[in-house]
Amino acid sequence: MSLYRAETRRLAKRRFTRWLLVGALLVLGAVVVGTAFTNQKVGAAQIAAAEADAERNYQENLRYAEQERQRCETDPSAYGGDCSQLYTPQREEYRAEDYMASTFDFRQKFGDMITTLAAIVGLAAFVIGASYIGAEWTSGGMMNLLLWRPQRLKVLGTKLIALLVGLGAVSVVLSAVWTGIFVLIANLRGTMAGMTAGAWQSVVLTEVRAVALILVAGAIGFGLAALGRHTALALGAAVGAIVVFQFGLVTVLSLARVPFAEAWLLPTWVAAWMYKEITLEDYNSCDFSATQGCQPPELTLTWPMSGGLMALALVLIVGAAMWTMRSRDIT
Amino acid sequence: MSAVLEISGLQKTYRSRKGVRRALDGFDMHVEAGQVHGFLGPNGSGKTTTLRTLLGLIKPHGGRMAVLGREVPEHLPEVVGRVGAIVESPQFFGNFTARDTLSLLADAGGVNQNRVYAVLELVGLRDRATDRVKTYSLGMKQRLAVASALLKEPQLLILDEPANGLDPGGIREMRTLMRTLAESGMTVVLSSHILGEIQLICDSVTIISAGKRVAAGSVADVLAQHRTSAVRVRVEPGVDLPAVAEVLRAAGAPQVTLQADHLVVSGVDRPAWITWVLSERGVWVSELAPVAVDLESVFLELTGTSPVEGENRQVDQTALATAPGRGGWGQ
Repeated sequence: MSLYRAETRRLAKRRFTRWLLVGALLVLGAVVVGTAFTNQKVGAAQIAAAEADAERNYQENLRYAEQERQRCETDPSAYGGDCSQLYTPQREEYRAEDYMASTFDFRQKFGDMITTLAAIVGLAAFVIGASYIGAEWTSGGMMNLLLWRPQRLKVLGTKLIALLVGLGAVSVVLSAVWTGIFVLIANLRGTMAGMTAGAWQSVVLTEVRAVALILVAGAIGFGLAALGRHTALALGAAVGAIVVFQFGLVTVLSLARVPFAEAWLLPTWVAAWMYKEITLEDYNSCDFSATQGCQPPELTLTWPMSGGLMALALVLIVGAAMWTMRSRDIT
Repeated sequence: MSAVLEISGLQKTYRSRKGVRRALDGFDMHVEAGQVHGFLGPNGSGKTTTLRTLLGLIKPHGGRMAVLGREVPEHLPEVVGRVGAIVESPQFFGNFTARDTLSLLADAGGVNQNRVYAVLELVGLRDRATDRVKTYSLGMKQRLAVASALLKEPQLLILDEPANGLDPGGIREMRTLMRTLAESGMTVVLSSHILGEIQLICDSVTIISAGKRVAAGSVADVLAQHRTSAVRVRVEPGVDLPAVAEVLRAAGAPQVTLQADHLVVSGVDRPAWITWVLSERGVWVSELAPVAVDLESVFLELTGTSPVEGENRQVDQTALATAPGRGGWGQ
């Protein structure tokens, strides 16, 4: 327990941890401010104004169309000889909702906000995890600690647990605050309509998946840096994965017209995890056209598939880190 | 007296693409309780490897080690609370203060936090305790390292080059501290290249070269084993020294070495014989004194690391390592 307490204190005392969390909070704050300013409450007055705007726009375009028709009748050759083909605006094309300012529909939009939270905090968790153990190795702190507690797996395991408990606590608190802030935004600049008990349950489950994603990101960052005994290894691996997989491999696969190349993209799997499933379509399999209605083959990635992949990566990376910790000399 | 530290037949081999290097080749060491024991060896001789192996940081390939009566590394966790150690240069996380660094170690080792202030006072860092370690000089980091080793009030204190970076006053303080600790019943194992210091403060020594013990015992015994019958001979100024050397050789002196302003004559039973021989030739001796052997000369002789004019000795070039089939990469 004393080792766990020491590691929790060490993690919290690190300036890098604090600054990175502050940075993540600033980005999240910018998202909140942006959302609050770009949405507004929709009431009877806003609906009436939007309907008036739609009607005015319709009448204006109708007038332009009429002027065009008259010019066509004067000189049909300039219009291809057939004035009946000229476009005439239809009233149903001018919907009032298109003339209304954006409103924050909690039920519809909060899922995206949870994904945003998971992505930003997950990235911070990856770097915090990597730096927490990486700096210990490069500064010699790990060797010092092992002179006090010569149980390598216990030391590394305790550090990982301290990291995950810390990240978990921060993520849960942030999720709760995030939900509260967006409930407030929805009440002031949107709507909470449709938020039934089932909808709330779905929100909570999405947040649980977000917290799990953050913890996995932290553990993978920790594991990679522990493997290389340096923060840079984790960051290098992350950059390498982005360059090789996110750009290189997907570009090559797309050029080779390999079906479902997006399945190699990390964000695809994150989306499958967060939104419970994501459907990919192979547009290369036929000349897809909205009018001819070719239905391309689909690949559905579900959250259990994504979870399995994350669990596999976690076990491989953290397992390898534990194994090297146990077997490699500390020089 | 009981043995606090016992090492016998310790083996450690490093393999690389360059070949195999035996860092420790059946090394033995024995330290009695309450002693200040000097652990000496040239660079690359295996001192730090021995200490790291003893402290569980490196896995040995053979041999037996016991600390405070318990076999290590198997039972190291049981005795580590009574062993304070610093290995090689002091390494700490630069952004933490000295107080935080020690406080975290105290937490990890279950040591009373009051000890933090006590050891900071003891090593002279009380007034700089709240400064970040990265602002410390090498000598101050060394003091902090010693403080961390003393934190758990060890029975066995292992210090690797504790005088590194210390100013002359600091070296003297360190010497006094070592003696005080030994008088309080603590056993101190001290690795150092400052052989004059070792001779002053150590009760016993072990000398290692190319991974093997080349000398061990009390300082007095080791010096006695290498005492020579050599005498220093000075004659009146203006007398031709090479001619005097020839006179002594011709008279039967087994070994006469010409120095800048004197001669060293070895193998003569009665030094008075030298004055008699020279006075017969009209040469008057102005000084006739036994050549005192010190730890440095014994060290240089045993390890074969005396500087040779016109040669650049390489780190693996020692008396044992240069023997056929021994040491060095690729052998």
